[in-house]
Amino acid sequence: MTNTASLLGLASSFALFSILAVGGGVAVLPEMQALMAQRYGISGESFVHIYGIGQLAPGPNMLMVLALGYRIAGFAGALTVLVAFFTPALLLSLIGGRIWDKVGETPWRRAVQNALEPVSLGLMISGLYAIAREALNGPVSFGLCALTFALLVATRINPVLIMLGASATGVVLMKISGLP
Amino acid sequence: MSDTTLAAPARPGLGELFFQFLIIGAISFGGGIVAYERSLLVDQKKWVDADSFMAALALSQTLPGLNSVNLAAIVGQRLAGLSGAIASVVGLILPGAILVLILGILYENSHNNPLANLALAAVAAAATGLIANTVRELGRKRFRDPLSLALIAVTFTLMSILKLSLPLVLAIVFPIALWFNRPGARS
Repeated sequence: MTNTASLLGLASSFALFSILAVGGGVAVLPEMQALMAQRYGISGESFVHIYGIGQLAPGPNMLMVLALGYRIAGFAGALTVLVAFFTPALLLSLIGGRIWDKVGETPWRRAVQNALEPVSLGLMISGLYAIAREALNGPVSFGLCALTFALLVATRINPVLIMLGASATGVVLMKISGLP
Repeated sequence: MSDTTLAAPARPGLGELFFQFLIIGAISFGGGIVAYERSLLVDQKKWVDADSFMAALALSQTLPGLNSVNLAAIVGQRLAGLSGAIASVVGLILPGAILVLILGILYENSHNNPLANLALAAVAAAATGLIANTVRELGRKRFRDPLSLALIAVTFTLMSILKLSLPLVLAIVFPIALWFNRPGARS
């Protein structure tokens, strides 16, 4: 496979993820993780680490795709994936926005949104499940997940602070206990 | 809504759009970007009124892709055409893209650095709790509705238990969901 051909393959995969991301990026995580493992040999553990990188940066968490692209094909891979992942959805938004400006609100747009909501929730739970299966592999990681969830539900502390605090605590606990 | 155009007291230039979205892209750690966009567009700059913002948000949720990015594209286009959309989207993703790339390069070059791996494992574990909470918040209403609950369960089963491909899952579930939610089907 030539380099150009492999970049084209990479581009078509991420262009498809862009269009399939119903209700947000979490929906495509299981599909993305499976493809990364099968075609590019990226382990579940590495995938979750790269997912963590996406969480550490500002902006959309799905910018993690850049780190995947870099892993697969260096800078050319990162650029390819960036363009492929954001362009199709951007074009659809532009076309959708124009149509919506002309047509205005219709009962069908509402119907599509209502239909997509439970579907995207189901896919989000699948995404959550895919990440959880890799990320929660020991008492410390389970505890961190539960702690983060509980603090988000029960307090009004800024989610960024919760994430940072939980992660820092986690590193220390994992280091001391030697458990994941 | 009587008027679908955005009430824009002063239309921003391309540089202004790019710069304002760049700030959001640089400070929106931990998600919740739509809230930042609302604050910028509706409250601070008043480029968009609240109703138009909600309508654009609904549209961005209807379309595939990331909601925050779709929203930037839709509003950017209305405020300053195609180049406005591009300026807004590029501004929004540029800071995070640069940081992710830097972190990605560091990660690839320190593959066996135990501390880096621990840190990313801890972040991923905490992020799992964050996604769980997002699901809880987004699903609050839907989890109480038997039909929605059934659709959620079927989608999850097809995707995670039967491990069908995502296009196939959507091809099966979306028509069914649309049928049940067609105009006039449910009050």
